[in-house]
Amino acid sequence: MASPEFKNPVVKWIDHRLPVFSFMHHELHEYPTPKNLSYLWNLGSLAGLALVTMIVTGIILAMHYTPHVDHAFASVERIMRDVNHGWLIRYIHMNGASFFFIVVYIHIFRGLYYGSYKAPREILWMLGVVILLLMMATAFMGYVLPWGQMSFWGATVITNLFSAIPLVGDSIVTWLWGGFSVDNPTLSRFFALHYLMPFLIVGVVILHIIALHRFGSNNPLGIDVSGKQDTIPFHPYYTSKDLFGAMVFLTIFASAIFFYPNYLGHPDNYIPANPLQTPAHIVPEWYFLPFYAILRAIPDKLGGVLFMFGAIAVLFVLPWLDRSPVRSGRFRPLFKVFFWLLLADCVLLGYLGGKPAEGIYVTLSRLATAYYFIHFLVILPLLSVVEKTRPLPQSISMPISGGGMGAAAAAKRGKADA
Amino acid sequence: MRKLMRVVSVATGIVAAAVVSISAPAMAAGGGGEIKQHEWTFDGPFGHFDKASLQRGFQVYREVCSSCHGIEFISFRNFADLGYSEAEIKAIAAEYEVTDGPNDEGEMFQRAAIPADRVPGPFPNENAARAANGGAYPVDLSLIVKARPDGANYVYSLLTSYAEAPSHMNVPDGMYYNKAYSGNLIAMPQPLYGDDITLANGGDTSPEALAADVVSFLAWASEPEMETRKRTGIAVMLFLFVMCFVSYGSMRYIWADVKKSKA
Amino acid sequence: MSETVENQGRRDFIVVATNAMLAVGAAAVAYPLINQMNPAADTLALSTIEVDVSAIEEGQAITVKWRGRPVFIRHRTAEEIKVAEAVNLDDLRDPQDDASRVENPKYLIIQGICTHLGCVPLGQKIGEVKGDFNGWFCPCHGSHYDTSGRIRKGPAPSNLEVPPYVFLSDSVIKIG
Repeated sequence: MASPEFKNPVVKWIDHRLPVFSFMHHELHEYPTPKNLSYLWNLGSLAGLALVTMIVTGIILAMHYTPHVDHAFASVERIMRDVNHGWLIRYIHMNGASFFFIVVYIHIFRGLYYGSYKAPREILWMLGVVILLLMMATAFMGYVLPWGQMSFWGATVITNLFSAIPLVGDSIVTWLWGGFSVDNPTLSRFFALHYLMPFLIVGVVILHIIALHRFGSNNPLGIDVSGKQDTIPFHPYYTSKDLFGAMVFLTIFASAIFFYPNYLGHPDNYIPANPLQTPAHIVPEWYFLPFYAILRAIPDKLGGVLFMFGAIAVLFVLPWLDRSPVRSGRFRPLFKVFFWLLLADCVLLGYLGGKPAEGIYVTLSRLATAYYFIHFLVILPLLSVVEKTRPLPQSISMPISGGGMGAAAAAKRGKADA
Repeated sequence: MRKLMRVVSVATGIVAAAVVSISAPAMAAGGGGEIKQHEWTFDGPFGHFDKASLQRGFQVYREVCSSCHGIEFISFRNFADLGYSEAEIKAIAAEYEVTDGPNDEGEMFQRAAIPADRVPGPFPNENAARAANGGAYPVDLSLIVKARPDGANYVYSLLTSYAEAPSHMNVPDGMYYNKAYSGNLIAMPQPLYGDDITLANGGDTSPEALAADVVSFLAWASEPEMETRKRTGIAVMLFLFVMCFVSYGSMRYIWADVKKSKA
Repeated sequence: MSETVENQGRRDFIVVATNAMLAVGAAAVAYPLINQMNPAADTLALSTIEVDVSAIEEGQAITVKWRGRPVFIRHRTAEEIKVAEAVNLDDLRDPQDDASRVENPKYLIIQGICTHLGCVPLGQKIGEVKGDFNGWFCPCHGSHYDTSGRIRKGPAPSNLEVPPYVFLSDSVIKIG
């Protein structure tokens, strides 16, 4: 690790005692990044941006919010109407959750397609799944805080699930509630935990980045970096690309906040919570819909819970389910097909999660759930063994010799100037 | 560029699926749900409130709706948005009484409202409201436009869709037939028949016009920040649009010397 | 990065422009995040209050809450006014003549907060200690105020503060 020469004496004095500046120099200027990363690699930094946005807006909201059943709803309306720019901060936080999940889901599917979960990045991947779980818990508790009809009834339905646990289920539910139903004790503790968990997420994100920097980023070709000619320093190349990506992301985000702030939400949450009246259709926020579909697809309560968490558990063990030595889907023609089928299946599950559990929707949910698990538990392991993969390029920057890629690349190289 | 297109198409596909799954209206089992589409001044990215309509709508609320419906999150000082002056707001507030106290004798007392007060509702609590309305609760209207799908059109349709029940349907006492309400039977009697209020400056007092005015007022009550929000949004979008271009330019400038194989 | 010197100056512009716009954007984002801590609309609405003073009998005083803190309104007797106006300014730690502390000499309107360390002085209610100068007495550290609310004895450095107010009519004042 080359130690940079800092000219500024104050910087040198600090760096000698606490090497923050050397650290930043290494991570930004020296850290070698593959030079062929596509825009799908922007999503990590976008997720970080979303996390920071949520924390900042969340802390500000907490300055004005009252976590008591008699005052929560009204305190949120006070934020919307009386607090300076309160409506803006609230809508950023509310829609920021959705955008955080959009970014993270694309980030996950990128990992699935390019084999970013494979050796030696297994722990990096598993830390990511932990982050997803923490995000889901945080989002669930956060949605309860405005104390609208969906807040209350969503909390009731999901906390009731834990009663499915044999022997201790009912005790666990009472323990979660702090009472005999979702009420003020539940709201208070959800507020405390919702404030806490994003900082746990920050901690796991730091581990996630440390794990990433151990071996560096994967890349669209899925092959390892073979030398300096394959990499470029993170700054200024990927900082400038991340900045552009962030601007595009913010443009889409802004259009939601300012012009369609309630599009992704449910109108029933503008009705104050009423324990004596259940809404016609209890629906979670869109990012939980695929899991909600899986939950309802299984006729048994405990089974539904197990399969719902199982959907995430299969992600944990994915590096050991898919043992193909080829990382990137680009060189795995069969895997590619099944990847798109999986994506379509997940979108279908999301659609079904928002439908009432009746008629054809039930059948489809069961088929889609079955397919999801078949993909991970049957198809991927099988593909590891039987798939005939395409030949890999020699390296990231060298022209490829032999195989379909080689001739095309050589021909293009003759035409391209860079 | 191809990769960017791929990302965009994937993202669009996902968003489209989300849109489809959310926007499909839940058709009411058992009738109702006929929503008329009305053109509102507050629709769209350049939406604004017509202050004259808001004032008429407030008058409709005061004289027709407020006997049963509260508007608990609105304060008198908010009526500055409707175009009233400080003196006018003070006068409007003074016509209402609010509970204050306890005084030095330990008693609660009534006093004239001031602009800082919330607009008092017709009933002290939900139970009293239900008792006075045969068990049905006249909902608070502060957020009604946000609390219903396609809220403005829904409330407008509700107010203008009272009709004769079809002969086969038995309408119990205290219920009324309405084409927009889910299940068709609503406990609220038809509130607007036309000429329900007298407009000081003249104007259309047909039931449709009054309904449109009160819906505008209620849309304002649900989202008083709407005009600021959309105005700010346009400025922000323009700025971000330019930022996308300059940051793209910076990126291309910085990347100009990187030789990549066509991977 | 290989760049000829003359190109660098011109094309660097895009990077400089981007960074400049980013700085502007950051400031625009920071503004609402900081301004949200300023008093909200409902707090500002209570920053002025109106009080009807006609019900206060001569020689009596009332206390009202303004911006969360007490304001003393005393309907002074002719005797109290005469004494207040006759005080020699050289005797005062914080010289102020009575006329500059009242709009209408009959009504003294002052903040009920001792200028020493912030306690609420006694003297509003019948029977309460008024101190050696017949005004107010702060029990915390023994400050004595006169019938114009001026500090006469004790550790307080300055007179009881006169809040901004106007008479909207003969009987109604607006404070703040």
